[in-house]
Amino acid sequence: MNSKLLVAIVAAVLVALPFLGIGPYPLHLVIVILIWSFAYTGWSVMGRFGLVSLGHGAFMAVGGYVTALLWNEVGLTPWIGIPVAMACAAGLAVLIGYPCFRFRIIGHYFALVTLALSEVVRQIIIATRDTTGGSLGYTPERFGDGWSIVAFQSDDRMMFYYVALFFWMVGLVIWRLVDRSMSRYALEAIWEDEDAAAAVGVQVTKEKLKVTVLSAVMTAFAGAMYCQYQMFISPDTIGGVGISLQIVFAVVVGGIYSMLGPTIGAVITILLAEVLRIWIGTEAICLTDKICFNAAGVPLLVYGIMLILFIIFLPKGVVGAVIDKWQGRGKRAEQS
Amino acid sequence: MAEFTEALFSIFFVETLINGLLLGGVLALLSLGLNLIFGVIDVVWICYAEIIMLGMYTIYFLHVDGGMPLIAAAAGGVGVTALLGWLTHRLVIGYLLDAAPINQLLATGGLLFFFQGLAMVAFGIEFRNLGVSLGSLALSEDIYLSWTRLLSFAIAAGVVIVLFQFLSRSYLGAAIRAISQDREIMVLMGVNTKKLYLLTSAIGGGLAGLAAALLAMQYDVHPFIGLSFGPITFMVCVMGGLGNMVGGFLAAFVFSELITIGGYFAELEWGYVLAFGFFIAAMFIRPEGLFARKS
Repeated sequence: MNSKLLVAIVAAVLVALPFLGIGPYPLHLVIVILIWSFAYTGWSVMGRFGLVSLGHGAFMAVGGYVTALLWNEVGLTPWIGIPVAMACAAGLAVLIGYPCFRFRIIGHYFALVTLALSEVVRQIIIATRDTTGGSLGYTPERFGDGWSIVAFQSDDRMMFYYVALFFWMVGLVIWRLVDRSMSRYALEAIWEDEDAAAAVGVQVTKEKLKVTVLSAVMTAFAGAMYCQYQMFISPDTIGGVGISLQIVFAVVVGGIYSMLGPTIGAVITILLAEVLRIWIGTEAICLTDKICFNAAGVPLLVYGIMLILFIIFLPKGVVGAVIDKWQGRGKRAEQS
Repeated sequence: MAEFTEALFSIFFVETLINGLLLGGVLALLSLGLNLIFGVIDVVWICYAEIIMLGMYTIYFLHVDGGMPLIAAAAGGVGVTALLGWLTHRLVIGYLLDAAPINQLLATGGLLFFFQGLAMVAFGIEFRNLGVSLGSLALSEDIYLSWTRLLSFAIAAGVVIVLFQFLSRSYLGAAIRAISQDREIMVLMGVNTKKLYLLTSAIGGGLAGLAAALLAMQYDVHPFIGLSFGPITFMVCVMGGLGNMVGGFLAAFVFSELITIGGYFAELEWGYVLAFGFFIAAMFIRPEGLFARKS
């Protein structure tokens, strides 16, 4: 199979997608999937080395809120606001990451410390409700009708589609660069055995910190992009424990250890939620006047079961399982 | 500065401190079951707060719709959560005992979503109130203490004592303590670890039901209530040293005082920020938990 040809065909389809007569709603779904894919890819950059963070909701919220607050309060364009937000996320990542790595907080202790981080950021947003709107959410001011480069806003979905597509590809390129770098070997060695890695000269804290900052910055950027596209953010839609878990789980479903895993995870989880929502609806279905079922909860229910099944039966995710199967077949063909 | 000193010694501040102490009782009870499970099975149940949520619903329906007396409803709640704990181990964790710890954690995270979805499908998203108030105790003209909180505190303290007696005196308790000390050797000694794990999960679940009974009297129940006290529960357990029940008990009070004092000087959210900030700082000083015994 000519993989280069396949990539070229997929790329061509993606670029031509808005012209293929796709409706506004499917296009919206594709954009949302691309933005989340970028965030998930950002998480998996560190998650694939056993650094399971449950704090990425915090970085995403920082990305969205700092950008929107600077635009509304100071009038600073997102072109400056987004880098500032990313710098803030990097700072936060160092603040939490350095002591964690220095003092060897790993495994589920690391997961729980980062969980506290996402809760801190959510509570701060709620506590400063006079400025941020608290749990009611926050809306960046509209620039006006049409599109504006300065405001990084657009009425036109198609423009945003290309922006999201571009950055999604940048995300994949970053993943690839990390995959090909020396840091990858260092981080895999650290994951296997920290002491052994340190003994052969791997700078444990530095390597971990580098990948954590990269991951945080990417997630913050996704948060900012989400904010500019949806024009509405709230602590529960881009932050908090719920989003942190959502990020981890989508990646687990898609595949932590493969480049397209996070993207496939985003496609599966977002489409699943949408299909179930449209198919079952959000109305209450009443059998009698006492016994009612609220269909709005079904996606969450299915999502939960799916995750458990995935972790038990397909811990490498959909993409990982497919790759394993494919390679296994190749090997068997070689042997015979 | 004068204002600050004044605030510090005001009668309301004393009330705050006492309320913090009482909240600590609830937190201690919340963290007990989680700590027991971690100590024995070495798994963090991210979905623990959601089991409590389902326990609260059970108590609500048994009491409000079923017309059962509160004590009986609470017992029913404990029964249901014990069963849920048992099922959690039987159907999920049991298959992952040899998996990476982080996968176990994530699987219970899947359960978290499942329980939330289940509650939403079955009970809808409206807030439900048990409608039980035990009133409050007037210590002086200005200080009132809610009976519910006093009761929670007393029950939490009682449960800790009972659990300790169980663990230190009974045969089963000794087995549970032994298994948390050395997992591999216990199998060689002919201990049926599977049975012990299931028993521990059921006890842990039952403790969640007890916590649910006390929480149901203080808060409205809705499918996402678990998210509001789940994170605090984990922090308490980790700060006390995961699996260390005495540590968890002490940590609960440190946490509750920080939350209420923060809430006294600013808003309640800042109390949480203070408590979580303290948690993160504490993790850096003593990653194994503030109250963990030195090994």
